[in-house]
Amino acid sequence: MRRGLKALPAVLLVLALIGIWELYVDLKGPTFSLAILPSPHAVAKSLYHDRSLLWSSFLVTAQEVLLGILAAVVIGAALSVAIHFSPTLRRATYPLIVASQAVPVAVFAPVLAFWLGFGILPKLVVVAIVSFFSIVVTATAGLDAVDPDLIKLMRTFDASRLTTFRHVELPSALPSVFSGAKIAVAVSVIGAVFAEYTGSNSGLGYVILVSEPQLLVARAVAATVILSVFAIALFALLALAERLALPWAYGPREERGA
Amino acid sequence: MPAKGATTEMIEAPPKEPRELNAPDGVRIELVSRGFTTPRGRVEALAGMSLRADAHEVVAVVGPSGCGKTTLLELICGLQAPDTGSVRAAPAALMPQRDLLLPWLSAIDNAGLALRARGVSRDEARTTAAPWLERFGLERFEHTRPAELSGGMRQRVSFLRTLLAGKPVLALDEPFAALDAITRQEMQGWLAHVLASEPRTVILVTHDVEEAVMLADRVVVMSPRPGRTVAEMEITLARPRRRTDSAVVEYRETALAALGSET
Repeated sequence: MRRGLKALPAVLLVLALIGIWELYVDLKGPTFSLAILPSPHAVAKSLYHDRSLLWSSFLVTAQEVLLGILAAVVIGAALSVAIHFSPTLRRATYPLIVASQAVPVAVFAPVLAFWLGFGILPKLVVVAIVSFFSIVVTATAGLDAVDPDLIKLMRTFDASRLTTFRHVELPSALPSVFSGAKIAVAVSVIGAVFAEYTGSNSGLGYVILVSEPQLLVARAVAATVILSVFAIALFALLALAERLALPWAYGPREERGA
Repeated sequence: MPAKGATTEMIEAPPKEPRELNAPDGVRIELVSRGFTTPRGRVEALAGMSLRADAHEVVAVVGPSGCGKTTLLELICGLQAPDTGSVRAAPAALMPQRDLLLPWLSAIDNAGLALRARGVSRDEARTTAAPWLERFGLERFEHTRPAELSGGMRQRVSFLRTLLAGKPVLALDEPFAALDAITRQEMQGWLAHVLASEPRTVILVTHDVEEAVMLADRVVVMSPRPGRTVAEMEITLARPRRRTDSAVVEYRETALAALGSET
């Protein structure tokens, strides 16, 4: 009941936007709707008619995104830890990490295709590259933000550097890693689409790529809708996982002892 | 508003007979100076500070804000080295001003953190901490996270964590400053009680003169920064002490006078 009420504003806003969109396309006439921006009901129709193509394409893209984010979290977290322990490594790699975000996917995707072929691997690499940045930045910030007094305290307890990391720094940086992963979700979907543009014959990005020239804009938008919903679902899933894994980060709302 | 230039007559520490240093469990700080370079220039935290605490002695250090008390404790705990002078101290565990409990750990795991830091297993640390939590009146809160504990409970867990570090010296940095007045008085009584049964060498930094007189065997009064000892009094009263006892009030007034003449 209360959960439903919480979602109400978002649902109303989406409905209002769809209404405005429908009205706008109707006013522009049928040519506009066919070639430039389809109306919501045309998109809905495509979602239904092309459901088997969209579903199988979605499975391909979803796999790329999920595995890519997983790789980004593993590599990003490992790199953050290394950077946290080595100021030299930080100075050496940070400019490159930032630069990796400035290079457009369209530039390096063909190189990846050349090296890794047209299978899922180059897509994973693209998704991982575009999403690992936010994870590295937030995780490093999380590790840096650990209260220096806590580190001192651990030193008076004769804790080794590694013990302090394990008991104090790692747990306190976990919420930041989750934040980074949540930011990564949105860009990783875009990354997967661009990777599919460059060399593939499946996936929602491929569907978008081939639908536009065939004047199947409704199908392209339908694929986009699925991507958006997927991103929202991933984000919500991460938020849920964070709540379950790190209940302490959410204040004393949990069960009271005894 | 620190009145910088207000120099009035200083109360010198009474000359002491040089005692044999009780090396194993004591603290001896001699003419220590310690400064820091900050973006706004050099800050001298301590200048010619001396302090002595024998085994199982409770020494309270009182002084105005920013007189280098925290620096003093970090020197004792070996977190800093003096620029000049000598620091000799048995191993010391710090109880920081803020409780600094780890929000993701339950009370019992926070209490056992020092054990875990030494590589003791979680189960073993819990077995060691459990009877202490009971002694400290926290047995019902073993599995409660800090966010759900009251301020007084958090300080008790924090103190227990320091105690279980197993160091002969406890360096307490304004342990009760963040508590409300009533809880603070309760906690002072509680600490006196605990120390009576678990004697340790305690360096208690506080800005509360009454707290110092209630708990300490000796009170050391520090000057404003750069800090050094300006007065020292033995508190020879029997325990438990009462706040309203005329001798306590007298000691308090003396210490306040020593402080006041310096600020």
